[in-house]
Amino acid sequence: MAVRTEPFVLNMGPVHPSTHGVFRMRATLDGEVVIDIEPVFGYLHRGIEKLAEQRTYTGITPLTDRLDYISSMSNNLAYCLAVEKLAGIKVPERAEYIRVIMAELQRIAALLIAVGAFLNDCGAYFTPFLYMFRERERIVDLFEMVSGQRLTYNYMRAGGVSQDLPEEFMPALRKFMDMMPRFMDEYDRLLMQNEILIARAKGVGILTGEQAINCSVSGPVLRASGVNWDIRKADPYSIYDRFDFDIPTQATGDCYDRYRQRVEEMRQSLRIIRQAMEQLPSGPVRAELPQLIRPPTGEAYARIEAPKGELGFYLVSDNSIAPYRCHIRPPSLINLTALRDMVRGWKVADLIIIFGSIDITVGEIDR
Amino acid sequence: MTIPLSGKDVASKIEEKFPGSVVESSQDNLVVKGNFLLDAARFLRDTEGLDLDFLNFVTAVDYYDHFEVVYWLSSLEHNHSLTIKARCYDRENPVLPSVVGLWQGADLQEREIFDLFGIKFEDHPNMKRIFLWEGFAGHPLRKDFI
Repeated sequence: MAVRTEPFVLNMGPVHPSTHGVFRMRATLDGEVVIDIEPVFGYLHRGIEKLAEQRTYTGITPLTDRLDYISSMSNNLAYCLAVEKLAGIKVPERAEYIRVIMAELQRIAALLIAVGAFLNDCGAYFTPFLYMFRERERIVDLFEMVSGQRLTYNYMRAGGVSQDLPEEFMPALRKFMDMMPRFMDEYDRLLMQNEILIARAKGVGILTGEQAINCSVSGPVLRASGVNWDIRKADPYSIYDRFDFDIPTQATGDCYDRYRQRVEEMRQSLRIIRQAMEQLPSGPVRAELPQLIRPPTGEAYARIEAPKGELGFYLVSDNSIAPYRCHIRPPSLINLTALRDMVRGWKVADLIIIFGSIDITVGEIDR
Repeated sequence: MTIPLSGKDVASKIEEKFPGSVVESSQDNLVVKGNFLLDAARFLRDTEGLDLDFLNFVTAVDYYDHFEVVYWLSSLEHNHSLTIKARCYDRENPVLPSVVGLWQGADLQEREIFDLFGIKFEDHPNMKRIFLWEGFAGHPLRKDFI
């Protein structure tokens, strides 16, 4: 006798450890197989784009901290670049180097969380996560030295950075740079050939290169699908054209590749920081600017390679002290476009790790 | 460096293929008529030498008398970019064709524009609000919202 079956709707989230914030997925299941999913957003929507229209150009920087709140430095940088492009501000050399050091440290910190949380989703419950947090802690300490904050740094300003590096910063950074490669080798030994990780992640949730491009996917997820595209190389901003580094790519675009991609990117970031430390010039860290910036009428789009992908700010100015329109291009939201195609046909347990391998922050999705 | 394509040059190419489709063009961008948007977009994506296969972002700007929807396109192969815009003059019921069929990356972003600006995208597979709940009054990013 045939058993009558019907699809079943499972609500995951908004409060669920694997959703990395307040995010909900409505999954339609056939037994244990995912037929369809619908992401549901909006639980953290604060209307940052609207708030920005009522603030001065300098007053928006703290708002950007709250987008992707685990990589505030990158958000600051992207926003400041957009204002500088719009108003034609030139940044002093030393500030450019400090920005690169901060942005790359931030990339390492954010990727550590991404990798740790992904391994968490794979079932390595909190052991690797805490290892990663041990290293991230040192980066956060460095950020605390320069900005006084541990999460929302608000360190960069249009025209430079808020203040010069304190005396104790460089010795601490050097110490970190000596230790970090050792830690990375440790992760590789523990995880790269880990049988459980390979069994869970290899060949799961494949995203092809063409599909990734069509879905506007960017960042490590795009490069893990074999597309060699990194804005630091393709459209160098700040002073990235002065550093020697490689863009790692992977072949298949499965969850394991996305994991590997992130680990390899951390090594490249270390290379960039090392070069920036050697070349760091002395001088002012902030351009002389009026209190209120009044850019000429026009529009500008500036983008950076943030830890999660292409983060951009599209600003429209009407020659007043506040932007007429401030649009944020959120990599977290746009990378999720491909999620539906990636999870169809996989089991519920795979859904968790495919979703985890994309690496999102809800603050950036909802804005 | 990503080279920004000249809006004027591309506009003349589009105008040649679809007469009467371009509203205006400048060095930085070009504006097409809403009913020609899909044709122009397909032309930009599929023409050899342009190959604008990557949609960086879509957004809208409210200029009180009209909405402007901005598409920032780039080509990963040639490393160049182009900004293309379309305008909606109807505030009560603004409609534009959806480009999801060409670039799937527009999916969630067009829903966001619908949610926050109230611009409807025709033939979008799932045209409903994304951040705010169904029944929320108004569209917050419109200039007359507050």
